[in-house]
Amino acid sequence: MRRIGLVLGLAFLWLPILLLVGYAFSADRIPFQWGGFSLRWFRALAANGRMLEAAWLSLRIAAGAATLAVLLGGMAGWVLARHGRFRGRALFGALAGAPLVLPEVVTGLSLLLLFVVLQGAAEAAFGWQLGRGATTVLLAHATLGLAYVAVVVQARLAGLDPALEEAAADLGAAPFTVFRTVTLPLIAPALVAGWLLAFTLSLDDVVVASFVSGPAGTTLPMLVFSQLRVGLTPEINALAAVILALAGLLLGLAAVILGRNGRGGARAG
Amino acid sequence: MRRFLVLLPPFAWLLALVAAPVAILAGIALSQGAPGVPPFLPPVSLAAGWQGTLENILTLVQDGYYAGSFLRSLVVAGVSAALCLGLAYPVALGIAAAREGWRVPLLAMVLLPFWTGFLPRLGAWIGLLRDGGWVNGVLTGLGVTAGPLPLLYSDAAMYLGMVHAYLPFAVLPLTATLLRRDLAVEEAAADLGASPWVVFRTVTLPLSLPGAAAAFLLVFIPAAGEFVIPELLGPPEALLVGRVLWAEFFQNRDWPLAAALAVALLVLLIAPIRLFQRLDEGGSRRGASPPSRVGGTAADGRRPGVLR
Repeated sequence: MRRIGLVLGLAFLWLPILLLVGYAFSADRIPFQWGGFSLRWFRALAANGRMLEAAWLSLRIAAGAATLAVLLGGMAGWVLARHGRFRGRALFGALAGAPLVLPEVVTGLSLLLLFVVLQGAAEAAFGWQLGRGATTVLLAHATLGLAYVAVVVQARLAGLDPALEEAAADLGAAPFTVFRTVTLPLIAPALVAGWLLAFTLSLDDVVVASFVSGPAGTTLPMLVFSQLRVGLTPEINALAAVILALAGLLLGLAAVILGRNGRGGARAG
Repeated sequence: MRRFLVLLPPFAWLLALVAAPVAILAGIALSQGAPGVPPFLPPVSLAAGWQGTLENILTLVQDGYYAGSFLRSLVVAGVSAALCLGLAYPVALGIAAAREGWRVPLLAMVLLPFWTGFLPRLGAWIGLLRDGGWVNGVLTGLGVTAGPLPLLYSDAAMYLGMVHAYLPFAVLPLTATLLRRDLAVEEAAADLGASPWVVFRTVTLPLSLPGAAAAFLLVFIPAAGEFVIPELLGPPEALLVGRVLWAEFFQNRDWPLAAALAVALLVLLIAPIRLFQRLDEGGSRRGASPPSRVGGTAADGRRPGVLR
């Protein structure tokens, strides 16, 4: 009885995705219609300059935003887990949690308005003509990612056995040495998971990017969204197949890394 | 000093890119529209002093078009969250009842669709639901319907997309709560002669309510401002706040009104957000408590860790 519910739920989640990927190999021009096995839509995708350009831009934005998010979110998670009470802690916690709960349209519009006001100020004060595009999208995505990384890192720090760091300090390690040789390796899985989370969030976002981007900053999701508004094309099937293959590869890699680290941590604990 | 160096970068970033934007949003909600770039007059300026207006806020309250969009959004978010919860219960119960080695792979199966991209999944529904699509083909083939039903661009398609996108959000907290529960209570009820359904209704369900509430809110909050799903799958008349805001901003270039809509959406969501945060804190505190207080067996202590 319980198994049936689980199987039906998983089938509901997976069937559309698997069909989408399967029909990417169909020769037919109409999506979800079988016209014999063919790789023509993958070839069409590989020849689609706009799509490739947007994908390359999105990958660079996602990598940059995820890296910034891990640096800042790691610090934020550390502050939340280790700094105890300080003046402004409530405000800090609320701001770090806000991107998790704000509706996308609110985040997007408010960040755009910030960038517009800053652009106006820069022009009035220095005569600078700042545009919007990849940089503004990167700043917005780093902010979203920061919030997610902070949660993951805070949870990992809270779950650490304090005896490990105390032992290192008792044996004469300086605070930074303790951090570098004990704490950092222990929270590394959280940093990897946080980076991946921030990276996929950025690659998946269409709403915030649409608000804060400019004419030169069309990301892959923005392009796919504009096409889906008209309808599904087999090229998008092929794109989904590629994304799924890459995501599977990346997750498999992460599982291997995290699995190895997790076992190491379990042995240490 | 070292503490300060760790605190300063994220705090400065959050003040600049979270606090300041929301403050500016509130300011522009009070400003007047004006032709030009950007298309509004700042509410306060050195030359003119106060030149703001409450007109945008009043428009939202008085014009039925905007009030209606808020009402529709709350209904759609509520129905979507309830549907997700209904589907999440059997899935979460199945995962919680699975053998220990199976739980993480099963949870991964629920979460993995996240990594396949949000837009491709909506694309799949567009392909499946269109007139000559798979779903209609199956229905006609089975003789359920005589011809294709107009499935795409309907409320049903929109809810299907919502549930498909947000179901993992609902499964996660529910599974966490169900794994944390003390199985001895259910066994006691069964030993005393309660049928499986009675055990579920009188023991499991009440015990899982905090997780269910968190699951509901985790879907409700983002669904209330959702733009992409109703735009791609819903009927044109499904004018939810997210779509109305988008249209005011991108099509009508009425930035002050779009900002006022965003502020109103935020105000409406404050209560659910606060409630969710309180449930979340309670949940993690329970999860952090020693196993002896949570349950009886040694395995209980490891269960919350399964989800981290």
